[in-house]
Amino acid sequence: MRLTLEIWRQKNGNEAGRFVRYDMEDVDHHMSFLEMLDVLNQRLIAKGEEPVAFDSDCREGICGMCGFVINGRPHGDQPLTTVCQLHMRFFHDGQMLRLEPFRAKAFPIVRDLAIDRSALDRVIMAGGYVSVNTGGPRDANDILVPKTSSDLAMDAAACIGCGACVAACPNASASLFTGAKISHLGLLPQGQPELHLRALSMAQQNMTEGFGSCTVIGECAESCPKGIKLEVIARMNRNYLGGSFAYREQASGGGAG
Amino acid sequence: MALDARIPAGPLEQKWTKRKADMKLVNPANKRKYTIIVVGTGLAGASAAASFGELGYNVKNFCFQDTPRRAHSIAAQGGINAAKNYQNDGDSIWRLFYDTIKGGDFRAREGNVYRLAEVSNNIIDQATAQGVPFAREYGGLLANRSFGGALVSRTFYARGQTGQQLLLGAYQAQMRQVQLGKVKMFPRTEMLDLVVVDGRARGIVTRNLVTGKVESHVGDAVVLATGGYGNVYYLSTNAKGSNATAIWRAHRKGAYFANPCYTQIHPTCIPRAGEYQSKLTLMSESLRNDGRIWVPKNKGDKRPPDQIPDGDRDYYLERKYPTYGNLAPRDISSRAAKQACDAGLGVGPGGLGVYLDFSDSIQRLGKKAIAERYGNLFDMYERITGEDPYSVPMRIYPAVHYTMGGLWVDYDLMSNLPGLFVVGEANFSDHGANRLGASALMQGLADGYFVIPFTIGDYIARGGYAKIGADHAAFKDAEAAVAQRTKTFLSINGKHSVDHFHKALGDVMWEQVGMARTKESLEKALKVIPELKAQFWKDVRVPGSGAEFNQEIEKAGRLADFFELAELLALDALQRNESCGGHFRGEYQTEEGEAKRNDDEYAYAAAWEWKGEGQPWVLNKEPLVFENIHLQTRSYK
Repeated sequence: MRLTLEIWRQKNGNEAGRFVRYDMEDVDHHMSFLEMLDVLNQRLIAKGEEPVAFDSDCREGICGMCGFVINGRPHGDQPLTTVCQLHMRFFHDGQMLRLEPFRAKAFPIVRDLAIDRSALDRVIMAGGYVSVNTGGPRDANDILVPKTSSDLAMDAAACIGCGACVAACPNASASLFTGAKISHLGLLPQGQPELHLRALSMAQQNMTEGFGSCTVIGECAESCPKGIKLEVIARMNRNYLGGSFAYREQASGGGAG
Repeated sequence: MALDARIPAGPLEQKWTKRKADMKLVNPANKRKYTIIVVGTGLAGASAAASFGELGYNVKNFCFQDTPRRAHSIAAQGGINAAKNYQNDGDSIWRLFYDTIKGGDFRAREGNVYRLAEVSNNIIDQATAQGVPFAREYGGLLANRSFGGALVSRTFYARGQTGQQLLLGAYQAQMRQVQLGKVKMFPRTEMLDLVVVDGRARGIVTRNLVTGKVESHVGDAVVLATGGYGNVYYLSTNAKGSNATAIWRAHRKGAYFANPCYTQIHPTCIPRAGEYQSKLTLMSESLRNDGRIWVPKNKGDKRPPDQIPDGDRDYYLERKYPTYGNLAPRDISSRAAKQACDAGLGVGPGGLGVYLDFSDSIQRLGKKAIAERYGNLFDMYERITGEDPYSVPMRIYPAVHYTMGGLWVDYDLMSNLPGLFVVGEANFSDHGANRLGASALMQGLADGYFVIPFTIGDYIARGGYAKIGADHAAFKDAEAAVAQRTKTFLSINGKHSVDHFHKALGDVMWEQVGMARTKESLEKALKVIPELKAQFWKDVRVPGSGAEFNQEIEKAGRLADFFELAELLALDALQRNESCGGHFRGEYQTEEGEAKRNDDEYAYAAAWEWKGEGQPWVLNKEPLVFENIHLQTRSYK
């Protein structure tokens, strides 16, 4: 089939970008979307032009490295699908596709469709863990976890950190991403000691990075390739609120007198 | 030269305890004076970086991806083995050790493998404490399953995403150390050379993939955790970026490369659809429990599968291996599939596929039961191929999946270059000639959490090396060489892209050095690979400049190293005149087509020494000594 692509080209974060049009004459239905771009890039190289930069690694939908916007939808419009797992049979002859990077203030453009998502790493750094050093833990079966909690935690832990939720959100909020980690750990007994501090610190980091606030529009969950549910944001808010009450300035060490 | 792995003497069960007791320790207050360089952020790299940071060392941690959480460990599906014996089914450290040695076709070290089994239990405890959401029973205890033909249920899992969850656990521990200032992360940064000073590994030279800047990093020790080299075949189940450059650069600086010919081929991958295919996707092997593998009996039978009557089908695994049938081991099933396709009986585009048919199981158990077992896999298959496996048989084909070879390391996971440690798939140590299912995750985390934090301390505490800075001539020379190589790629300005050459190399490797090798095919490969390499250096086209985000430069450097590794892989396969595990030589098989080992002559690890550009490699041998187990021949008839 024939496709017309309009792809965002931008040499680096400092230079202005623009859409450039490419005609694809013979796209095979069985190709993945990224393989279609591979073919385009091979042609560009043959013509002496620079290929389109885009990120990908596992190409199995699990590493979270790929992702861009196709006609306004992060990862395209197939549900529960990363762009590396999106196949061309879902498109039709003569279609025009506009590809642009995930756009958010917190995601600077590296080149073309590749972006810098290190802000998400810093959100995890702020508290997305259980503080436990290598070594000491007791036997794994000493910690009983109800199967339902474990299953819900796993649902939230399935987040691949691709950033589609941020790109989909009109506020460029990372609440689905942050809520997913807070829910994963907060649903397990291991995550309880840091439940409140985690929510406070991670929320603070969201603001520092320039992610927007959540106004519960729900576009994030719609575009999430792993089906993370909006309820993780509710759980995050509850932990945050709890933290706001529970956490105060530390009392001074010395007593009176 | 015979190599000494420095395995502690004494009974198997005491070796690791004894080694730990003999180690020198670094004073806790002094740890902050030492810097450890860790390249790679998969299970082995992330767990090592986090553990070093917790101990108090300064860590510099590098990955080529945009964030450490992308490392390809994340794609492991099945699970992780441990000898917990939670199921009371007779498992033990000894049994896990024995299964791993046997699975490796008796080509791994007893000492290393026993330690691996020993620390396997700590891994489960550690991961659970971190909040890894392992599957649970209703009572709240951990669930297990049997995996990859094991006779005990020792595999822990988190749905079909065990690798992802274990990696995120390690990543979170690592991020915590970044926050605490002990680990410094360098994402989108690729190691392009190892720097050796006075015979010791003292640092690396990197290229910032966004700006192109070449930089030196000095350390007290260097840890490579950069994964396997399956992409030397171009198509594999590895991630697109997985590469051998870090270990290959280290090899060229003196580190021995061991057993490169041990490559694992997985029988159940989705076949390639066309020329443009960029990678292969694994389908869990568990599908073979309920699927029947067949091809048409007659060449050129183009009928749709449901119109081919039973009499015109060849259920070749059931025919050749009546006891195990469709569950015959990975290598046997893989070879049988390729044989069928090479005989012109393959199905699907290009004839490179065999049917994996669920119609009998659906008839027997009902569609619902099959959906419960394999629903997510069937969905994945349909998403990729557009075919519904409930009504049309799946098509599968073998693909390169894991590489057991890697840099040679001793018992402490240190290479023959003092100060250079190698962990995870990047080393050669624990899987022998073949790796068991659910053991890759176990080894990566064993190395990173529970072995190297001890052994590296011993190396540092023993000291004996000078304090140097990045202005040392060895660093300046390496920087200049790296910059020059980038310039060379850009200046060739030939006719073909990097991918063009990579695909050509992949074709040669798959056809001549793939799952069934012969003297003839290997000699052919050894002739063709250097020719291709020469063409590459003469005729590759790398557009753009070196001072920017340029993915073609990244690929060119990786491919240049794959060419050299490919040659060594073929050479290693040629010298190993036996079949064992993931190395099958057509000349050495039993009448039933089983691998025929030669324990008298080949019970050694082959550790190859680089002698310089254009010079032949030198083969060093580490004899494998079996004191505790008896070498056996397997039979799956």
